[in-house]
Amino acid sequence: MISIFKKAKGIEANIEKFLKNIELSASLFEQGLKEYFNGRMEQFDDRCSQIQKLESESDSLRFDIKFTLYSDLLIPDARGDVLGLIETLDNVIDITEKVFIQISIEKPVILPFLRDDFISLSEASVKAVHKLIPAVRAFFEKPQNVTDLLTQVHFWEHEADTAEIRIKTKAFNSEEIEQFSRRVHMRYFAEKISMLADEAEAVAERLEVYAIKRAF
Amino acid sequence: MLATLLFLSSGLFLGWSLGANDAANVWGTAVGTNMVKFKSAAIVCSIFVILGAIISGSGASHTLGKLGTISTLPGAFTVALAAALSVYMMTKAALPVSTSQAIVGAIIGWNLFSGTGVNMQSLTKILGSWVFSPILSAGFAFVLYFVVKFFLRRIRFHLIRLDFTTRFLLLAAGAFGSYTLGANNIANVMGVFIPSSVFQDISIGGLFNLSGVQQLFAIGGVAIAVGVFTYSKRVMMTVGSEIYRLNPITAFIVVLSSSIVLFLFASQGLKDLLVSHNLPSFPLVPVSSSQSIVGGVIGIGLAKGGKNINFSILGRISMGWIMTPLISAIISFISLFIVQNVFSQIVS
Repeated sequence: MISIFKKAKGIEANIEKFLKNIELSASLFEQGLKEYFNGRMEQFDDRCSQIQKLESESDSLRFDIKFTLYSDLLIPDARGDVLGLIETLDNVIDITEKVFIQISIEKPVILPFLRDDFISLSEASVKAVHKLIPAVRAFFEKPQNVTDLLTQVHFWEHEADTAEIRIKTKAFNSEEIEQFSRRVHMRYFAEKISMLADEAEAVAERLEVYAIKRAF
Repeated sequence: MLATLLFLSSGLFLGWSLGANDAANVWGTAVGTNMVKFKSAAIVCSIFVILGAIISGSGASHTLGKLGTISTLPGAFTVALAAALSVYMMTKAALPVSTSQAIVGAIIGWNLFSGTGVNMQSLTKILGSWVFSPILSAGFAFVLYFVVKFFLRRIRFHLIRLDFTTRFLLLAAGAFGSYTLGANNIANVMGVFIPSSVFQDISIGGLFNLSGVQQLFAIGGVAIAVGVFTYSKRVMMTVGSEIYRLNPITAFIVVLSSSIVLFLFASQGLKDLLVSHNLPSFPLVPVSSSQSIVGGVIGIGLAKGGKNINFSILGRISMGWIMTPLISAIISFISLFIVQNVFSQIVS
């Protein structure tokens, strides 16, 4: 019984660390994009390597959580839901890493007239993630609060969609971009950054169902 | 001694089947959902069933004794065998069965055979308790559901820590449930042997005395424990995962409600306490643990708004109140006739 209690405390700590990593990676994502939009490549590369480190640490945490939940047969009735949640949350951190890698390879040129919209898009996407994490914590401790907390996630995902559409519209209607390939490049990166908010919403939708299942 | 054990064998068989089936009512969900390991459940269950039987088993036996005092060992053997056969036959026919109802039917069969007449006051008390126990269990489960819900909504409990706490509570409720099962249902297994018991009081190391009845109950408790270890795992898995699906917290509420009911109908100490405070007390009667559990599940269903309750199960329970004693009484009567006339044994 004592060993299970110790392991339970260990998992709690791992889950909390995992959530903090996601929050931190989202913040780094926002900061890194701002560095890139302002042409500070060295700082952007620093953020990129910090995110890669967090992603790798989160993978080990995810594995530890999964292994302990199964090997010690913990939370049998909610184990599948918790693992599903952890897996989809891991996608969030994966997206931040992938987007940064693509930016560092492709180095898209963000023209000044699109910069504010890209900043708005990245802020909205990151806010969706930041609003998601308290809801995930509530799932573990106060499931009845989850639905209310998720309202903000849906709001910021919608804001991200609006910014994404704005970027696409401007990119394809403006005469400041001459090459079609560059218009497509802008659309591509707007979609990629917006994917962070989409993934946060995907987790939110799962979480809503899990919270209903947990409601007593 | 050998003859005594031979005659006790029918009661031991009844005890074994009680352990195999009724332990699953207490531990089914906990084991079936992997919250408690079968080995831990079996050990805790066995210890507490035996303790319950020895410490608090006499109350319900007394009421059964009033229904019919079977003064010969062959008579007691036949009555217990008739009850065991009824349980076996009804289980085979997939009909709801309770050891408590089977033994009462068998005693009535003996009453009719021996011409001693049925003590209607005791019978009414027993029948009333059968009807009342699942209703009471449903009431307890209903109230406990809201109490637990109130606390869970106010206390911040991490899911993982809640899991740990629920495991502990399931283990505690299981231990209490096993104790009350031993206390309330040992009368079914060994009650009919009390008047013809040959066991003398003994002192263990000068520390405490064990009366002849307690020794009889200890043997019955061991038979129940053997039933738990040898056959209950499969039944637990069925109860835990197929018949009704409860989450671990609601399972705890159901087991606790049922255990409280069994305790109310078994504890002489509690009865004395209630009487001394001029409060209404409960008759000490063996009741069905299965029906108490079903009552608890219905209580949870009602607390959740009354949806998805299979009310046909109530019809099946009611049928059990009539069918089981009736079949058991008939088997008892025929068996007593055979034992007396074919094997030339004194049964009354």
